[in-house]
Amino acid sequence: MDHTKTGSNGVRRARVTRRNIIKGLGAAGALTASGVMPGAMRYVQAQSSAPIKIGFQCHRTGIGASYGRWYQRTTLAAVKVINDAGGIGGRQIELIIEDDGTDPKRGAEVVEKFATEHKVDFVFGTLFSHVVIGSAPTAGQLKMPYFVVSEGHHVASGKLNRYVFQPGITDVRSQVTSMAPWIAGNLGKKVTMIFPDFAFGHDHRNYFSAAIAAQGGSAVGLIPIPPTETSFTRYFAQIPAETEVIYHVMVGPGVLTFVKEMGEHFGSKHPQIFGFIDSLEAVDMASPGLEFLDGTYFWEAYPRYAQKDQSASDKFYRQAVGVNDMGAAVDDPKDVSTYSHMFGCWETLYVIKAAVEQSGYQSAAPKDKAALIEAVEAMTDFPEGNEHPQGAKKFSGQLHQAFGHQSISKVENGRLNVVHRTSIEDGLYEPEADYRTHPL
Amino acid sequence: MSFGPHLLLALLEGTVTAFVLALTALGLSLVFGVMRVVNVAHGEFFMLGAVLAWAFSNMVPGIPALGFLLALVGSALVVGGVAFAADRLILRRLNYAPEATIVATIGLLYIIQQVVLTVYGPNAHPVVPPINFRVVFPWFGYSGYKLVVIGASAAMLAGTWYMLTRTRIGLVMRATQFDRETAQSFGIPVDRVYSAVFALGAMLAAVAGVLVVPIQQAHYLMGLEPLLLSFIVVILGGLGSLRGTLVAAFVIGISDGVISVFYSPTLAKIIATLFVALVLVFRSEGLFGEKRQ
Repeated sequence: MDHTKTGSNGVRRARVTRRNIIKGLGAAGALTASGVMPGAMRYVQAQSSAPIKIGFQCHRTGIGASYGRWYQRTTLAAVKVINDAGGIGGRQIELIIEDDGTDPKRGAEVVEKFATEHKVDFVFGTLFSHVVIGSAPTAGQLKMPYFVVSEGHHVASGKLNRYVFQPGITDVRSQVTSMAPWIAGNLGKKVTMIFPDFAFGHDHRNYFSAAIAAQGGSAVGLIPIPPTETSFTRYFAQIPAETEVIYHVMVGPGVLTFVKEMGEHFGSKHPQIFGFIDSLEAVDMASPGLEFLDGTYFWEAYPRYAQKDQSASDKFYRQAVGVNDMGAAVDDPKDVSTYSHMFGCWETLYVIKAAVEQSGYQSAAPKDKAALIEAVEAMTDFPEGNEHPQGAKKFSGQLHQAFGHQSISKVENGRLNVVHRTSIEDGLYEPEADYRTHPL
Repeated sequence: MSFGPHLLLALLEGTVTAFVLALTALGLSLVFGVMRVVNVAHGEFFMLGAVLAWAFSNMVPGIPALGFLLALVGSALVVGGVAFAADRLILRRLNYAPEATIVATIGLLYIIQQVVLTVYGPNAHPVVPPINFRVVFPWFGYSGYKLVVIGASAAMLAGTWYMLTRTRIGLVMRATQFDRETAQSFGIPVDRVYSAVFALGAMLAAVAGVLVVPIQQAHYLMGLEPLLLSFIVVILGGLGSLRGTLVAAFVIGISDGVISVFYSPTLAKIIATLFVALVLVFRSEGLFGEKRQ
């Protein structure tokens, strides 16, 4: 598919000519070493030196708290790196953090508070899909550019609005589409899915079922679990006997219990197990009761354990955020990160930076916001590097969604080792929407 | 899984739920029976027990069994102390007026929850079980610790039952429950009995929380579900009837286990709530409650 270049109608292209020149300038800057561009852009838009205010909608409390903790650390690290290098177009980032309690209603209130009280330029950082879906309409009404780091398919599905973007992390539909051929080819075709019973889990259910069917397999069991659940043993009895592969993805405070109880239920005699690392994000692989996972597989967006072929940008990123080679906090090895998700905050901030610099954004005036939205929509590629350490990505301005590489890792001696990395093309699908046709 | 093993798993799960629920609900029932106080903060005592268990077991790293025993005793004492203080500082000053105490305990719920959030943080923390073994059936494995929970809860229930029916303290509590004014005129220090009962009720919830925490992890929001289930049990069994509470805990616990294993946990909750509604319509005093004038 092709979601490249600017608008398809000539009228719009003609209207944004001046802007395109600046965009081109930005692109030229991006091609050369990083650091060149901020200097150049500072000259172009030297009018304002007030800080750029970014509202960070953080799951500090509630069921998303372990993600929120690491999203915040990653965001603070990225802001520091960007500010130390001269900020965005010469302007420092001022980060304002509000807790949404991982609650959709409060999420919407937080977005409103950012707009009316803090008067931020952009809002960013929301993860849990029900919070994103609850907050996005408010962002749309307030015409507030809203950059989520959620991996849910809700952005690319077209059911949100023109102000919502997900440029830093691949969506679930793309992830599972790229996983299905490997699972069918290496583990088995009869898959039982265990997933959280809300939007994010439903994305898994809908798109993985379809993707495995396309490989000649089928989802023989579908077991939804409420994300606030605390006891899981009773669900494992529902796994059909014919199951060849258990596909699990779980979120919330009970994830460790979930995986432990799966081990108690099956012991060492289990079907093939393929999990999304969400089931063990922020959980130490060495926790007692997880030994049975040895030899099972996990999807990872970004390998938690530093691999043999570790890139220079991964080294840089780990050091900046304060994560060791085992994926835990440098100053507390028991504090395990949410490594496969939090990079999205880092990368999203760099997309915001590029968008501001390329669009000539100055203030929260409607004209500047429109220019910024169009600048993001015109983006097509994010090359791998310190700004995008997880890897190169393609961006669809039509879907407001980024598409990147995914990894499959095998648990070996309590460590996750990458055995397969998908190409970006593996995860592409027919677009269902075009946000560019929505009015600004 | 074929029907037999499926049912075995369902009954095991149901029995664990039933025993823990019986312990929690007994505390709620006792407080209501003796004091006529609807303690909305009861679930928070459960949560506080679990969170304190994490703190206590961390004091003895490396020896899970010792840490767990310390947690069992320590959490119960601390939570009992908190409840005792809450009774003296709040409930007594409201003269145990039913409406006022409901509002006050709602406040207490938020205070405890927010203090725990502030001090302990928003993350779930695991507690290592004192004994870690896996019972292997031919069809599935089961956590050995869950069987320990059944045994420990049963012992705890038996102890409470003995205390209430065979000891002098129990007699005093029952006398106060039966008729507060007459008890007072016979020289029973009703005020002290109230404080003791409120503390005991909270301690039962705390112990249930400690027993559950190696299965569930400690988290500041974990008090809601036991509160709702306890209310269901207490209403079903008849407010203030301890025998009714125990029977209802087993009805709800086992049916919850069976329905959630064979169908879905959500359906189990729906049916339990529906059952309560029916009981309230057709037998408002509950299954074992006495009609009040």
